[in-house]
Amino acid sequence: MKINDVILQTATKLVLFVIILFSIHLFFAGHYYPGGGFIGGLMTAAAIVLLLLAFDLKTVAKILPFDFKKVTAIGLLFAVGTGAGALLFDAPFLTHAFTDAYLPLLGKTSLHTAVLFDIGVYLVVIGVTLTIIQTIGESE
Amino acid sequence: MEILMAFTIGILFMSATYLMLSKSLLRIIIGTGLLSHGAHLLLLTMAGLKRGAPPLLGEEAASYADPLPQALILTAIVISFGVTSFFLVLAYRAYQELGTDNMDRLRGTEGND
Amino acid sequence: MTNLILLPILVPLLAGIILIFFTKNIHLQRWLSGISSLATVVVSAFVLLKVRQDGIQTLALSSWEAPFGITLVSDMLSALLVFMASIISFACLIYSFRSIGEQRERFYYYSIFQFLLVGVNGAFTTGDIFNLFVFFEVMLMSSYVLLVLGGTKIQLRESIKYILVNIISSALFVVAVGYLYSIVGTLNMAHISQRVSEINQPGIITVIAVLFLIVFGLKGAIFPLFFWLPGSYNAPPAPVMAIFGALLTKVGIYSIMRTFTLLFPHDTGYTHQILSVMAILTIITGAIGAIAYWDIKKIIIYNIIVAVGVIAFGISVMSYDSLAGSVFYLIHDMNIKAALFLLVGIMIKITGTSNLRKISGLIAHYPGLGWTYFLAALTVAGIPPLSGFIGKVILVRSGFEEGHYWGAAIVLMSSLLVLFSVMKIFINGFWGEPKDYPEGKKVPVNQLMIAPVLLVIFAIFYGLGIEAVQPYISQAAETLSNPDIYINAVLKE
Repeated sequence: MKINDVILQTATKLVLFVIILFSIHLFFAGHYYPGGGFIGGLMTAAAIVLLLLAFDLKTVAKILPFDFKKVTAIGLLFAVGTGAGALLFDAPFLTHAFTDAYLPLLGKTSLHTAVLFDIGVYLVVIGVTLTIIQTIGESE
Repeated sequence: MEILMAFTIGILFMSATYLMLSKSLLRIIIGTGLLSHGAHLLLLTMAGLKRGAPPLLGEEAASYADPLPQALILTAIVISFGVTSFFLVLAYRAYQELGTDNMDRLRGTEGND
Repeated sequence: MTNLILLPILVPLLAGIILIFFTKNIHLQRWLSGISSLATVVVSAFVLLKVRQDGIQTLALSSWEAPFGITLVSDMLSALLVFMASIISFACLIYSFRSIGEQRERFYYYSIFQFLLVGVNGAFTTGDIFNLFVFFEVMLMSSYVLLVLGGTKIQLRESIKYILVNIISSALFVVAVGYLYSIVGTLNMAHISQRVSEINQPGIITVIAVLFLIVFGLKGAIFPLFFWLPGSYNAPPAPVMAIFGALLTKVGIYSIMRTFTLLFPHDTGYTHQILSVMAILTIITGAIGAIAYWDIKKIIIYNIIVAVGVIAFGISVMSYDSLAGSVFYLIHDMNIKAALFLLVGIMIKITGTSNLRKISGLIAHYPGLGWTYFLAALTVAGIPPLSGFIGKVILVRSGFEEGHYWGAAIVLMSSLLVLFSVMKIFINGFWGEPKDYPEGKKVPVNQLMIAPVLLVIFAIFYGLGIEAVQPYISQAAETLSNPDIYINAVLKE
C-alpha cells in the first residue's frame, strides 16, 4: 500500500526553513537570553528529523551528504579548541574573552568567544541526534 | 508547591521502580527514563522553587534566581538523554541478536561452572 | 604553567576527538593513540613532581574562582592516581595493538579508549562534586561502548545489566547531590567540607553520606552492591577487562576515600562503622568467589573484590597510617590487577578457553609467561618484600592499633586465600602435562608480553623502592587525614 503523504511533504518543505531560521535565532540569542547552542542544535536536528519522516533516509542523505559522526567530532573540536585557546594566553582552561564592536549595519554588537564554543555544542547536538536516528533507522 | 513536587517525584520514582522490575526490556528503559526525570525534578526542587531575576546581568532586582540548579539539571538531562538513547539502540541490537527482550531469558548461566 | 593539572585530561580528550576522523587508517590510529597515551604519562608525571614540590595545585576553570566555579584540584592522592591510570592505560593500549582485532579498531576503539581515560583522570582531579558526576558519566559512557564493542551475544547480554545498574546509581548520585546542595548550598568539595563542619554534621548529612556510600559502593563493587561485577567484567576482551578492573572500580573507591575523609569525617562512629562492616563482608565474599571458581577470568575478577574490601577497610579505620596503607595498596592493586588480567588474557589466547580444568602445562612452551605470572601472583598475594605485602602490613598494623581486630585479622586471612586462588591458576595451568590446544603449539606471545612485563617490573620496583615511594604516600595520607590542608589550598584562606 502506498501511503499518501502529500500534505506532510508539502508542509515540511515550507516549515523546514522556518524551523531552521528559528533555531539559528535561538542559537544567537543564547548568550544573554534563553537559547543557545544546545537548544538551537536540538531544533535544527528536529527539523532534519521532520525531513526524515516526510521523505526517507536516502533522500536526506542526498541533501545532507555528511557523516554525522564527523560532524560531532568537528563540533567537539570547536568546543574543546575554544577552551584550549585559553592555554595560549596562560589563562585557565575555558576562560572566555569578549568585546563590544561597532559593526556596519548591525551597530553595537558584542563579540564573544563563547559563540565559538556554542557552535561546537550546536554541531555536536546535531551530529549525535542524527547519528542516533540513523543508526536505528538504517537497519529497517 | 514543594509538597506537590515531593508527591510528583515520589510517584515518578514509584512508577520507575515498578517498570524496572518488569521483565520486558522496553519497560525497563522507560523506567530508567522516569527515574532520571524524578532525579532531575528532585534536584530542581531541593535547590528551592523561587522566582527572581537572572543573576549577574543586573544589580537592582529584588531577588535573584539561583542559576546553579538549572545548570546542573541541564547537564543531567543531556547525560540521561545520551545514556537513554544508547540504551535504546543497544536494546534494539540485543533484541535482533538474541531474539528476545525478556530479562528472564537474558540470564548468564552458561559456562559458569 | 597555569593549566598543568588539566593536561592529563586535555591530551586524551583532544586525541580522542582527532581519532574519530581516522577510523579507516588503523596504523595512523595506533600511532596517534600511542603517542597521546605516552604524552599523558609524561604530563601526569610532571603533575606528580609539581605536587610533590609545591603542594596542592588548583585550577579555577573559566577563571571563576572557588567556590563559585568548577575547580580542579590535584593533591598528592589525585596526582598519584592520575599517574597510575595513565601508565596502566598506556600498557593496555600497547597490548591492544596486537590483540584487539581490526573489527574493533575500525569502530572507534582507540577513540573511546582515550575518552575513558579522560573520564578517569577527570574524576581523580576534579574538586567539584557535580563535576565528579559528569566525569563519572564520561567514564561510564565510554565503558558502555567498550563493553559492547564487538557485539557478541554475551557482551550484549551483560552490557544491558551493567548499564541498568549504572543508570540507577547515577540517578541516586544526582539525588544525593541535590540533597547535599539543599543543605550546604555549594558544590565545591572544599567548601562543602567547611560548611559541614560549621554545622557539625547533623543527622541529615549522615543520611546523605550513606546515600553517597551506596552510589560509590555500586561503582566500586562493595558488598552487597558488587553483584553486577563478575558478569560484566567477564564479557569484554582482555585489554578492556584489564582497564576496567584496574581503573573503574578504583574510581568508585577513590570517591569513597575523598568524600568520607573530606566531606563527612565528623560522624565516624556511624558511617565508618557501616563502611567497616561492608568492607569485611566484601573481603569475605571476594575470597570465597576467588576460591570457588575454576574460570581463570572469574578468579581474578573476584580478586578485585577482595582488594576493594581491603582498601575500604583502610578508609573505615580512618587513621593516618590506615589511610597511608589504603593509598599504597590502591596504587599497588591498580598496577598488579592490570598485569594479571593481561596475563590471563594471554593464557586465554593460547588455550582458547578460560576453564582452568582444560588448561595445563603451559610453562613447558611459555616459560616467560609462566614466571611473569608467578611473580605477579606473589605480588598480589603480598609475599614480602613485594608491594602487596607492604600495603597490607601498614593496613593491618593500623587496624590493630585502632582496635579493629576483626577487620585486621580478616585482611590477614584474605592474603592466604588470595594466594591460594592465584596459585591455583599457576599450579593447574602452568604445571602438569602440556596439552594440545586448537591454536597449535606455539602462539606468538612475545609482543603481547611487553605490557604485562612492564607492569610487573613496575610493581616490583614499587615494592622494593618503598623508601623512594614513601614520601609521596605520606604526603597523600597527610592531606586525607587532615582536610584543612585541602580546604586551605582550594579556598586560599
